Amino acid sequence: MSRLPEHPGERIDRQKVIRFSFDGKTVEGFEGDTVGSALYAAGRRTFSRSFKYHRRRGLMCCSGQCPNCIVAVDGAPGARACTEPLREGMRVEHLNARPGLEFDAMRATDLVGGPFTPPGFYYKTFIRPRRLWPLYEKVLRHAAGLGRLPRQQPERMWRTEYRRRHADVLVVGGGVAGLEAARAASRLGADVVLAEEGPELGGRRLVDEAGEGIAALAQDLRAGGVEVLTRASALGYFDGIVPVWQGDTLHQVRARRHVFATGGIEQPLLFAGNDLPGVMLSDGARRLASLYSVKPGSRAVVVTTSDRGLHAALALHEVGVEIAAVADLRQLSGAPAQDLGERGIRVLPRHTVVEARGGKAVAQAVLAPVGGEEADERPLDCDLLVVSGGSAPATSLLLQAGARTAYDAARGGFALSELPDGVQAAGEVAGAGEPDSVAPSGELAGLEAAHAVGLGDERSGARVPELREALAVARAGRPAVAVPPPASGARRGKCFACLCEDVTSKDIAYSVKEGYDSIELCKRYTTVTMGPCQGRMCQLPSIALMAQETSQSLADVGTTTARPPWRSVPMGVLAGRPIDPAKRSAIHGRHRDLGANVKWAGDWRRPYDYGDPQAEALAVHHGAGLIDVSTLGKLLVRGAEAGAFLDRVYPNRFSDLRPRRIRYGVVSSDAGRILDDGTICRLDQETFYVTTTSSGAGAIEEWFSWWLADSDLEVRLTDLTQGVGAVNLAGPRAREIISAVTDVDCSNEAFPYLDARQGRLAGVRCLILRIGFVGEVGYEIHFPAAYGEHVWDALLEAGRPYGIRPFGLEPQRILRLQKLHVLVGQDTDSESTPFGAAMPWIVKLDKDGDFIGRSALEHYARETPATSLVGFTMSDGHVPSEGAVVVDERGTPAGQVTSSRYSPVLGRVIGMAWVPSALARDGVSITISDEGQKLTAELRTRPFYDPDGEVLRS
Amino acid sequence: MSFLLACPNCGVREVSDFGYGGEISSRPGAGADFRQLNAYNYFRRNVAGVQREWWFHRSGCRAWFIAERDTRTNRVMFTALPKDVPPGGDSGPAEGPEPKRLAVS
Repeated sequence: MSRLPEHPGERIDRQKVIRFSFDGKTVEGFEGDTVGSALYAAGRRTFSRSFKYHRRRGLMCCSGQCPNCIVAVDGAPGARACTEPLREGMRVEHLNARPGLEFDAMRATDLVGGPFTPPGFYYKTFIRPRRLWPLYEKVLRHAAGLGRLPRQQPERMWRTEYRRRHADVLVVGGGVAGLEAARAASRLGADVVLAEEGPELGGRRLVDEAGEGIAALAQDLRAGGVEVLTRASALGYFDGIVPVWQGDTLHQVRARRHVFATGGIEQPLLFAGNDLPGVMLSDGARRLASLYSVKPGSRAVVVTTSDRGLHAALALHEVGVEIAAVADLRQLSGAPAQDLGERGIRVLPRHTVVEARGGKAVAQAVLAPVGGEEADERPLDCDLLVVSGGSAPATSLLLQAGARTAYDAARGGFALSELPDGVQAAGEVAGAGEPDSVAPSGELAGLEAAHAVGLGDERSGARVPELREALAVARAGRPAVAVPPPASGARRGKCFACLCEDVTSKDIAYSVKEGYDSIELCKRYTTVTMGPCQGRMCQLPSIALMAQETSQSLADVGTTTARPPWRSVPMGVLAGRPIDPAKRSAIHGRHRDLGANVKWAGDWRRPYDYGDPQAEALAVHHGAGLIDVSTLGKLLVRGAEAGAFLDRVYPNRFSDLRPRRIRYGVVSSDAGRILDDGTICRLDQETFYVTTTSSGAGAIEEWFSWWLADSDLEVRLTDLTQGVGAVNLAGPRAREIISAVTDVDCSNEAFPYLDARQGRLAGVRCLILRIGFVGEVGYEIHFPAAYGEHVWDALLEAGRPYGIRPFGLEPQRILRLQKLHVLVGQDTDSESTPFGAAMPWIVKLDKDGDFIGRSALEHYARETPATSLVGFTMSDGHVPSEGAVVVDERGTPAGQVTSSRYSPVLGRVIGMAWVPSALARDGVSITISDEGQKLTAELRTRPFYDPDGEVLRS
Repeated sequence: MSFLLACPNCGVREVSDFGYGGEISSRPGAGADFRQLNAYNYFRRNVAGVQREWWFHRSGCRAWFIAERDTRTNRVMFTALPKDVPPGGDSGPAEGPEPKRLAVS
């Protein structure tokens, strides 16, 4: 164990030991640890194997930026060990190494490779002979990739909630600049959201001063009403929306102004062996020590381009790490060099590291004067090589929002040069990262954001020039930094520009030699910047290398395009959770109790049958059946001109419908095509009760209200679908059953076919429609949905002596097919007209005035449709597939089967099909081609069961 | 696509709250020939620019309204219930906001 003595700033609780497993072995850490800090404290140095060469990789940034510690947690690959909080019992596993992390057979690619594995080698190598590609592919697939998804996922491990958040100001980044910006804006009354991707607020302040003052600032913010999100990653910038991923929630934040205080990313240096475990960024080493009290090494060499590394050397020395030497790439070291000297630490100006040596981890560092390869002294023994190659502003999100950057030769990086409307930058990303500039920069951005949304006062206005002045002064006093050479010591070994994809400095040179001499081409060819780190570690080095190889300036090379997502994110987070909940009727519980076979019907969960569809269909013929039809769309159309309105949205006539009478209607489009169907009942002079198909309920309400939207008709439309339940009671005993529970006189004389009555049924006020699409005497009973189970129970109870059975959708399909009732959407499609669907009688062209589809239907009325919908019976017992093709005498497709079922009451197979209109006559024989089989069917234009409707009317 | 729309009844909402009803087009009167009917039923101007169009507040008050929007930038000039739509518009129909009205006898 390499824990440091307790100190006040540490985030671990040494009283709470947490046990977890890494590759099957139990490891202990403390509460507050990350997986990475606990493993490092337990002595682990190798955390992963690299993508291509399977080299050992260890902790480098300790802040979730680099790809070196990607592991699988509880089977899900993609977690960064260095930021993954430790949980009791969690199962952590390494990713791409076989057989194990310590011995990886694929390491051979590194030992042999290099000259043999240039960029694109497998495109070039494995293309010949082509017939072997499937074999190559198998092997390559096996070798490539980072981790495996579990093959079986019985249920989704988590579901992501989408949350929409509208705000005045979104601040991305919870460092000092972001916190100050949020505070300034919220003090002026702005509604502010702040998103920090780390577990804790504070940004670099956590490293520099163990988060001094951050807690108070955060408290201030929360008290002021700022919504502070931590472990919340801004994934991108899309048209003003910033998706912020936070655990199980994807916040879709739409803010009027954005403040990006995304900070800077400490850059590595390129030298031979720069990827060895033990080579660590200065902030990474400091995080281990200050937050988790883990001693990052016992003897360190520090190499730096700025004061950052010097501060790190001091901090590490403070906790007992021996500092073998500090190499400063600058000629003149900054002020902290003096402090180092006082502690007896050697600082070598104009020096850098050219090689890290070691087997499993770094053991020696070779230092040399900047620009040379030759060491001017013996290699230094060390187990920690701390590097700080400067800071690259994290501009990706800003660039996505439309900002621009320009090369800053003095700082050796791409700095913001232009901001788009609606966007502010603050802190290090805006070039104000020093202690004296970061807070003013944040405050300024916060004030400007608030001003832009119309908040603020004279005082806040006056504060702006003051802050600008302070920033200008701070900017002038920024300590110098050195611009490192693109790579040092390339002749000594591999210098990795891109750790994610194992791209070396030589690979970039090779790519240029092959002609991929622009950074965008090089990126695509070598895949540099395209790995999990998204260019955080490699964008600047690859541009510098490209500039060197093509003898251009970095400004001329330019940057690659930054695309979302800024952080790797599980696909499931973006897929979100299904937001269309299943619909169930109020009687659903009864169906479940009856053992119904429940299936999806659009958004609805509906009983397909209760175990025996044939027997259920026969029960309707012999006694009675009861079906839940609550899913039907139900619209109330009211108003003085309700009848006129219906005359205009249906091709048939409703204004002449007498109260308490019912008429069938087909809704057609303005192109004369069938949209939906249903029954329309006139309750009184001004009120119509309209039913639609189950699946068409929402669409028809939209359709009707669209036609009403710009009309002067005095009509109101109310959708009752959810509030009203309905059942259909049908069968020869239906009248006896309903009479037992209602006060409505249901005799055929008092209540004839297509009449409607309102009355009490089992004590509940109901609307009873005498309609029947299943062929027997039927009553469709509509009632307040809340009484559904009560009405259902009462009818089943009353029907028990008559052999009543509940029936589902499947027997209903059989029953309506026997009557040749068209099922819209099943027997019709978007091209079907009422004429083709054998319902010319529904179109009343003699109506006064215009109606939807009139012009089109006038045309169709004059011509014979190419195909017509007609019934058929099979000459044998074969049930053709729905969708089977009707063929003509030459075998050419001429139509199709839309419905087919075995009818138990008829004892044969029946169906409906579209056939050439010339054939659509009774007795004509047609051929159906069903998956290669030729079947013969006989056409029939009239219903199979009760063709004259005598039963129905009895 | 992501922008905000102001429902005349409910106020500003995400566009995903709404259903798009298409550009406003003129409905041919009685006796239209097939060519006119097809143009009306199946062809859209599909302008790159400012147009007036129908929207439906599907996840809200379920009202239809009209928006004038620049299809290139998704900037919304105005939204209004049909009766409140100002006449004219860059690509809107000359006859005003009620082009598809069914004749009332």
